[in-house]
Amino acid sequence: MTGLMREGDPVRRLEVLRGTTPPRPHDARAIAALAANPGCARRALMDGAGIDKDAAARHLGFPAPFGQSPFAITRGNAFEALVKADGCAELLRMLREVLGLPIAEVAYHDVENVGAHLRHAHTRALIDRAARDGQDAGTLYDHPLLSLGIAGHTAYLEPDVVAFQLGGRFHIVEIKSFAVIDGQADPSAVAGAARQAAVYVLALRAMLEELGHDPLMVSHDVVLVCPENFANRPVATLVDVRRQLAVLRRQLARMTTLDRLLDGLPDDLTFDLRPGEDGRPTRPVAELSDALRRTTARYAPDCLSTCDLCFFCRDEARQEGASDLLGRQVRDELGGVASVDEALGLADGTRDPAEGQEEIARLLRNAERLRRECLT
Amino acid sequence: MSLLTSLARLRALDEKIAQPVATVRHCHLAERPMVFIPLKLSGEAAAPLAAMLGTDRGDPRLLVVPQPRNRDLRFAWAAELAGVLLPYVEGFLGATETVERRNADPYERTVDAPQIIVPNQGGVAFARLLGRSTRFRRPDGPYPVPESVPLLGRWLTYFAERAAYPGSSLMLAATDELGRHWASGQSSLEDANLAALMSWITTGPNDEAEDPLVWPPAGPATDPGFDAEVLAPAIDAGSPERVAEALRTQLEPTWRLMWQAIDLLAGLPEGASVAQRWEQDRGSFSGMAAHIAEGAPPQARRDGAVAAAAKLARMERAQAAYDVQRAYDDPLVMAEYRLSGEAFAGEVIETVPDNVEGEGRSRKLRPLVVIKTDDPVRLAPGTSLGTPQRRAQGAALVSADDGLVTVKITKGMGRGRTAAPGAVPEIGERVCYTSLTDDFQGSPALPEAEATPWTHGGPPQEYTPVDEDAQEEWS
Repeated sequence: MTGLMREGDPVRRLEVLRGTTPPRPHDARAIAALAANPGCARRALMDGAGIDKDAAARHLGFPAPFGQSPFAITRGNAFEALVKADGCAELLRMLREVLGLPIAEVAYHDVENVGAHLRHAHTRALIDRAARDGQDAGTLYDHPLLSLGIAGHTAYLEPDVVAFQLGGRFHIVEIKSFAVIDGQADPSAVAGAARQAAVYVLALRAMLEELGHDPLMVSHDVVLVCPENFANRPVATLVDVRRQLAVLRRQLARMTTLDRLLDGLPDDLTFDLRPGEDGRPTRPVAELSDALRRTTARYAPDCLSTCDLCFFCRDEARQEGASDLLGRQVRDELGGVASVDEALGLADGTRDPAEGQEEIARLLRNAERLRRECLT
Repeated sequence: MSLLTSLARLRALDEKIAQPVATVRHCHLAERPMVFIPLKLSGEAAAPLAAMLGTDRGDPRLLVVPQPRNRDLRFAWAAELAGVLLPYVEGFLGATETVERRNADPYERTVDAPQIIVPNQGGVAFARLLGRSTRFRRPDGPYPVPESVPLLGRWLTYFAERAAYPGSSLMLAATDELGRHWASGQSSLEDANLAALMSWITTGPNDEAEDPLVWPPAGPATDPGFDAEVLAPAIDAGSPERVAEALRTQLEPTWRLMWQAIDLLAGLPEGASVAQRWEQDRGSFSGMAAHIAEGAPPQARRDGAVAAAAKLARMERAQAAYDVQRAYDDPLVMAEYRLSGEAFAGEVIETVPDNVEGEGRSRKLRPLVVIKTDDPVRLAPGTSLGTPQRRAQGAALVSADDGLVTVKITKGMGRGRTAAPGAVPEIGERVCYTSLTDDFQGSPALPEAEATPWTHGGPPQEYTPVDEDAQEEWS
């Protein structure tokens, strides 16, 4: 290694991990999901290096089980367009109702006008001005670009809209196309939206802090805009994301820093897909899969709805006979017995409990005795 | 989930086939159930796309909305659905029996009731939303709909509500019922996939069950790949036949699985308390039918405070009763309570059938039974006990140590000086006693709806149908 490339330089190491594959940026959804499973080293490394997990999973023969229907995409886009039409006219109407925003304060900035490469700097300047002047700065920022340091890597994020209110508080506006019916929405959809919005709040607070302003100028109440009942008419609701913020902050801080994860790995380890001229991966599948197996994953069935690599990790957990496969509930119930063979061995009495396993072994043996009695 | 179920899941994973977690069937299965598989348009709350339904496995009806974004076609579809579901539901109203009640007028109860079986909880949720989006509609005024559509909405709302009621079998989700009787070697999250769960139960795990090209999702959401590559082009081509054929390919595999699931459940002997719960279902169904016949308005958008509290209390009692009944009906369910020390089973090794307590007039027969058990007993002396072997009997724990438990029978052994024949278990008999009892719990004292305190929003406004509800957009 040359002097310029210090051994263990995390940025360079991450570049090696990614290799010649083009990087894939994080979005808020990915960050929210990352916080859901912070103990997964494989995911932290792949995300940190900006690796396209979807492409990797496809190449490995374990394509991710999710996709979005064109109908859902069309509906989502149409709804967002409706809310933002005519300089966010419809959105303003709702903001006035929910936040009590006086009409005179309203101005509309579409940050996208400046072109992608300048958007972040431009957003920064606009927010700085708004935070400093307070009174006459713009009210609505469409297509802003925020950033957040994730595991030593900068992720760029695009909230739907940032609103600035007279009272000196910024509000994140999140536009979602799931319906609110008679004041109630799908709890998992709302939870997902709240987690995602919390990422934006955190990013905007970080930006304000960097600029020397009070980060608490960003409200922990986000404005969730959804269609009401079965129609397309939007309705706004304030959602308190303090809990999600606390979880996110804790998880991001606790997330083992990538340096430490990288330390245990061989220098030349790479997850490169080696895309050929047509962009198709050329790396032998076995080689890539071996490389991935050098890092530890922490599979849980919840991964099936959040991580592109879930089928690969599930397959690995199957081969290892890990009780993680059956879900957290079963794992918790087995308290400290990690493998299926071990648990069944304890239940059958063919394996002696290790220290600390006496209680669970007794329970398992009893459970096995009862099942046998009832089924024969 | 208990450790017993966890162990069954581990065993299933190891043996590559699902393991039983029940020895009897805990749900009622109708002679002629209505299998209903709805599909909705992705991204919409309750925009119907298609449904396959029917009571004859050889003759499914396929109902399709050829252009799902067209509101008139959606209502036409709802009317078609009503044309199948309403005659089925109303077909049970003819034959009734008179039920005498203490302190109340006798009422008419249907001798049988409809049963709708959907693939999963998503199907129940769709029924609820479809009910919500149609029950306020009107056959007259602006945006009129066929008369059957609001009636369908009220019934669908009723069935979906009933699906959440513990122990009710009027609307069943196949994956839930299968999961109550078999433990697969996958997580409960993955059990929501009907094809995957069925394959665990019948042939063992099969990755194809998760491949939407082999086993299309059981709805109500469709496979995004199918939406993009097949459905969207068919809709754009404006050919109703193409759309219908495309949707048929997505529904037929699930249709076959549903009937296979019913066969599996039918293969289990019915639990002893199932008929009693079905009787309650019949009573509830008759009540709903009477409600509609009296011309009552559709169910409100939201329950008032008192109605909600009363409903919650009813559901809690139903849940408690359902848990107890399942344990009494099924030794494998009882085993969970034996594992936690709330029940014990074993062999009778000694009895004192003529044991008495007290003197003179207060002299009472209290037969004693000593049971040898391997179960960990965590019950205090004096705890009242019940036993699945003699359901009318009451007992109390006298002492428990070293695997020997002494129980005295306090009730249900006859009024004579000696116990009725068969009331006291014989030496050598296997018995089970538990602190779990299905004692009648009174309902909480709730005020009349008109007396709802201001802390709970005051008296709720009576729901009166308004034009706005009937004209609500459905885009």
